[in-house]
Amino acid sequence: MKLTQTKRLENLTERYGNGDLSRRHFLGLTAAAAAAAGVQMPWIRRAVAAATEVRFDGWGGVVQEAIDKLAFQPYTAKSGIKVVQGTFGDENEIITKMKTSKEGDYQIIHSSGVNYYIKYVQAGWNSEINEANIPNMANVLTAMIEPFRKITPKLSAVPYDYGTTGIAYNTTVISPEEAKEKGANLLSDPKYSGKVGGYADMTTRVWYAALATGQDPNKITDMDAVWAKVRETRDLAKKFWSSGAELMDLLTKGEIVVTDAWSGRVAALQQQGQPIGYLDPDGSYAWMEDMLVLKGSPMAECEELINFMLDPATSIAVAEGQNYPPSLDPTKVKLTDKIAALPAFDPTGQMKALTFADPVYWAENEDAWTKQWDRISKGA
Amino acid sequence: MTAATGWSINDRRLAWALAAPTVILIILLMIVPIVVMAAYTFFTFVTAGVEEATFTLANWQEFLADSYYHGFLFKTVRVGLVTAIICALVGYFPAYYIWATDFRHKWLLLLLLIVPFWISFTIRTFSWIHILGEQGLINATLLQLGLITEPLRLLYTEAAVIMGLVHFLLPYMILNVYVSLEGIDRSLILAARSMGCTSAQAFREVTLPLSLPGLAAGLLLCFVLAAGSYVTPQLLGGPRDALFGNLIYDTIMGQLNWPLGATLSIVLFLLLGFVAVAYSRYMGLSQIMKGMGA
Repeated sequence: MKLTQTKRLENLTERYGNGDLSRRHFLGLTAAAAAAAGVQMPWIRRAVAAATEVRFDGWGGVVQEAIDKLAFQPYTAKSGIKVVQGTFGDENEIITKMKTSKEGDYQIIHSSGVNYYIKYVQAGWNSEINEANIPNMANVLTAMIEPFRKITPKLSAVPYDYGTTGIAYNTTVISPEEAKEKGANLLSDPKYSGKVGGYADMTTRVWYAALATGQDPNKITDMDAVWAKVRETRDLAKKFWSSGAELMDLLTKGEIVVTDAWSGRVAALQQQGQPIGYLDPDGSYAWMEDMLVLKGSPMAECEELINFMLDPATSIAVAEGQNYPPSLDPTKVKLTDKIAALPAFDPTGQMKALTFADPVYWAENEDAWTKQWDRISKGA
Repeated sequence: MTAATGWSINDRRLAWALAAPTVILIILLMIVPIVVMAAYTFFTFVTAGVEEATFTLANWQEFLADSYYHGFLFKTVRVGLVTAIICALVGYFPAYYIWATDFRHKWLLLLLLIVPFWISFTIRTFSWIHILGEQGLINATLLQLGLITEPLRLLYTEAAVIMGLVHFLLPYMILNVYVSLEGIDRSLILAARSMGCTSAQAFREVTLPLSLPGLAAGLLLCFVLAAGSYVTPQLLGGPRDALFGNLIYDTIMGQLNWPLGATLSIVLFLLLGFVAVAYSRYMGLSQIMKGMGA
């Protein structure tokens, strides 16, 4: 197993503390490590220096702020390894950047679950995580790990959180009763023409159109009806948003009164006291996010960081900060009341109440449907 | 030139040596990327993010056969033209004023023109959201005054896109026209006046014709920049207000279809290049250089 400098020194300290190592040996080994670092050839020093940084790319906004404050900063304070961060509004952005960069430039991605996992695997960018280096994986929900393992038995990603894309509505305009009664059809209600929003994303649009036409989003039989419904929403829409920040801006400024929305972002608005309601209609779109380690990354350091992030104390703090439930199994780890109250939280740990996209079905249709959605979104 | 090299001031080798760094940069940073992109148009798309270096004409066939792309190309040309014309109509008079004024600190007026460039283009574009939005300055004022009962839909429209583009491009137009006016020999206007022309006639017969090259250069610059824009329609436009640049973005970033995205990019490049070449043929590009260097 490859060990990081931090881990090595921690092990030495622990062995010395346990009395497994004499003081003389401990000082000797520590001095040797220091001397080795000092007399290395320049290229070795550069290599070591590179491993003192880990690159992370995520969704930005309140989600990344929470991860940075509650996981990265404590991790850097503990290990000395800096987490260099980037953001994206759409995960395809990062895929595009990776195509034009060299292996190792991008290392850990806060990725959108198995749908995207397939894309990385198809492009040959997946790594192989040594799960023995992430002991906290034992607390992660099996129901979340298994879909990844079906694609690659040796994992390149570790599930980290989950949520839903439900329907957010302005409670000063739409009552909870009306929202519940209309469900997915609220997005195509002519009554709210010009005040409807939606995520500018093919999967979300097709998913909600399938629900509105009474179809199973993972087994659509009448695609024409789905596209017709997508057009209906488009014609009523004021704006299709493309980032969480834009979604929050549109809702708080009253530009839109109903939209599909990410559960965590809505929870953040509700905590700010905004008059925003949230509804997960039957078959609401559930998704999970994972920490994906890309090929060419410093594996030991990435594994160490992910293990730190999965530590129950860290994971719970991040979950409360970003308003998405963690991937920790609630039957193994005691979660807080705040997490239990989050939208989409599954207390059983079985994830059976949530409807996830079937990655194979969606991957088969993704190219054609994305193209068609792009056209419809522009008036076709 | 120095005796050490033995080159005279008119030596072609000296000219090449001086031009070499620029030529190399242009080749590396402009020609090579365009050639690579042109080569990509013949690659085969496999699936999102994956393509093969197998020769195909499918991308060009798709562009040529699909009216969806043609429609957006025409729309982009239309929005580019409207923007350029508005910039010309709105921008000529400030340029004329700056040129004609006796104000001692004329440099201050020119400085004001470039002040907006000190702020990020994206932030300037975002600022329109707070002006045109439902709770923005205009709607809030009209509602307060009781002139409207419901907020007007000003944002996320084609008009908002054009307004954003005009806001961005107007200084380019004013500078081009101003430089052209500066080149006019003022004694020609005095001569016209002494021969009985009124001020308006002198303007129509002398000033305006002589400033046309600057106006044309401004029109070309505004058209090319507007037609190639992506951010403004993305931020200020609604779902139907996309321009060709947004199509390219979606194809490359959304569909991860680089071969088709490269094809659309080359199409836009050829269109704008054709306009620039046509302008150069009749007007000469030197006027634009003067305007940009003002």
